[in-house]
Amino acid sequence: MKYIDEYRDKEKVISISNRIRFSSKKHIRLMEVCGGHTMAIQRFGIPSLLPENIELVSGPGCPVCVTSRAYIDQAIAYSRLPDVIITTYGDLIRVPGSTSTLDRERAAGSDIRIVYSILDALMIAKKNRQKKVVFLGIGFETTSPATAAGILKAQMAGLFNFFVYSAHKIMPPPMAALIDQGVNIHGYIGPGHVSTITGSHIYDFIPEKYGMGVVISGFEPLDLLQSIYMLVLQHENETPKVEIQYSRAVKPEGNQKAKDMLEEVFELRDDWWRGLGTLHESGFAIRERFAEFDAEKMLSVEVEPTREDKGCICGTVLKGLAKPSDCKLFGKACTPSDPVGACMVSNEGACAAYYRFKRTEA
Amino acid sequence: MKQTHILLGHGSGGRLSHELIRNLFVRYFHNHLLEPQGDAALLKMNSEKLAFTTDSFVVDPLFFPGGDIGKLAVAGTVNDLAVSGAVPKYLSTGFIIEEGFPLEMLEKVVASMAAEAQKAGVMIVTGDTKVVEKGKCDKLFINTAGVGEMIEGAENIASGKTIEVGDKILINGTVGDHGMAVMGARNQLNISAGVVSDCACLNDLTELALKETNAVKFMRDATRGGLGTVMAELCEGKTFGIQLFEEKIPVRESVRGMCELLGFDPLYVANEGKVVMVVSAIAADRILDIMKAHPLGKEAAIIGEITASHAGRTWLETSIGGSRIVDMPAGEQLPRIC
Repeated sequence: MKYIDEYRDKEKVISISNRIRFSSKKHIRLMEVCGGHTMAIQRFGIPSLLPENIELVSGPGCPVCVTSRAYIDQAIAYSRLPDVIITTYGDLIRVPGSTSTLDRERAAGSDIRIVYSILDALMIAKKNRQKKVVFLGIGFETTSPATAAGILKAQMAGLFNFFVYSAHKIMPPPMAALIDQGVNIHGYIGPGHVSTITGSHIYDFIPEKYGMGVVISGFEPLDLLQSIYMLVLQHENETPKVEIQYSRAVKPEGNQKAKDMLEEVFELRDDWWRGLGTLHESGFAIRERFAEFDAEKMLSVEVEPTREDKGCICGTVLKGLAKPSDCKLFGKACTPSDPVGACMVSNEGACAAYYRFKRTEA
Repeated sequence: MKQTHILLGHGSGGRLSHELIRNLFVRYFHNHLLEPQGDAALLKMNSEKLAFTTDSFVVDPLFFPGGDIGKLAVAGTVNDLAVSGAVPKYLSTGFIIEEGFPLEMLEKVVASMAAEAQKAGVMIVTGDTKVVEKGKCDKLFINTAGVGEMIEGAENIASGKTIEVGDKILINGTVGDHGMAVMGARNQLNISAGVVSDCACLNDLTELALKETNAVKFMRDATRGGLGTVMAELCEGKTFGIQLFEEKIPVRESVRGMCELLGFDPLYVANEGKVVMVVSAIAADRILDIMKAHPLGKEAAIIGEITASHAGRTWLETSIGGSRIVDMPAGEQLPRIC
């Protein structure tokens, strides 16, 4: 397949993995903060191509993993309202709330539909004017511009039965928080899709303040290996900086139009992250001007008190301080078919990826 | 008055039922065992050992590129018999129909079943119809059961008891076609153009492989859960492991593209016309040739082997030379957010 096979060339993979082996002398621990990277790394078996002194750890890059149970609980409460249709990306459907999941609510009769784009949700709102259609807005700067565009479209089309419940978050605060909270890493494999929107300057503070490198990477095996190589060179030469490996998609200035849309629709608020706690100005709230599309303001529900599971160490795993297999629930009480923590739910979640691809390697 | 839609009365056992049976089912499925329309079909079997199976079919949408629920209902049961080492002979069919279902569509489904049965050389010899109130089922559900005569010496095919280290793993063509075709049709995804289900009866192909050689040790049709699930299941709890080579596994370009976009792994996407065989190493090329000469095996390939190492586990050498484990998926595959 064109534009894919070029980045999966076996000869080139071997050549770059040899170069990494040759250049990498010091122990180095790299964190990827994008779920897509976690997936690709496991799916292609990247760790099996690296020397032992290079360690890859997964950070908080999976949107559903960092989302609070309280959010799921509230989404479930919305789904139980009469005349409400919940529209959501597939990943959220099995994430455990305090006592239920959207999956179970759907089986119990709630109208919950998986969509591939917010445009599908708008279409559902258009076709069901007598119903209230709630879109669960989740994800980083990759998906939030689409949500912003959706709200603007709804306003233009006068779709006042359309609401967004926003859990959108931004990437730089957790990247800073991880280092502040003592996570031991030497560099970040920077998120590719997020950076397509934001550009690379949002990471400039990382080498400046923390003396640590960031290489924004694509999602194919050669992209990832090249990014790892670049980070290895930075580490060996002690020249931490922000570099763009994924230059076919990411520009230093990002996508101005998308950034403008984000600015127009959203404002920053303090937000809660699994494993990291509340981080200052790390989430997107819908601006007052668009309040009529804000589920939190327009739909009132009673939400059950949130209960976090005891024993689940998702938070520590997300910080890269523990491996999924360190959790006593892992693979026993917590499996992809019956997940306790959010990291086990999404394909991108560190625990799910670990369970599926690496379980028996040790 | 000519009926255009299924009414509750079509399931009542009265005149409407009789008309439906006579004018639709018997007309299309016609054969000497069905004609008497007794309470049971009387069958004559030549073999002492029989294979017997049943499967129910629910698919949304009922019609998709490359097939429909009727074709699926025949091929699914025929294939379950075929991969058990049997020659499929007779099928039963049960219809659960939602009130208001257009007769024209039912006829299309029935015609498709008849055509597929004829192709596979099986007879539909008995059946049943129920009509449920609108909203009590989704348009049309079909159950089929089938009996087949076991091929001499094929008793261990289903269990894979005789599998040995060094045996080769074959598949008769590309994986993921059916799942992606249905997914594309269900969601009207405009990226699914050209993706066609592989739904087909495999009994001719499996019979050839079994009768031409005595080297086939295991067969399974890789339906729901895909190739990956069949492989993970096969070696679970066993004293051998499985090594697959991603590069060798045939995947159609269009299917690969769809999977890439939606974040699916073709290894776990459903097929309806794919058989996975484990065969002794010395006969692997011979069986590959037999497959390739068959219309349903043109893209057949040797995709892996049985190993002494990593017993109980399936490992995949990825296309770039890395390696990873292939496990059973948990529940349905879901598209990823980003």
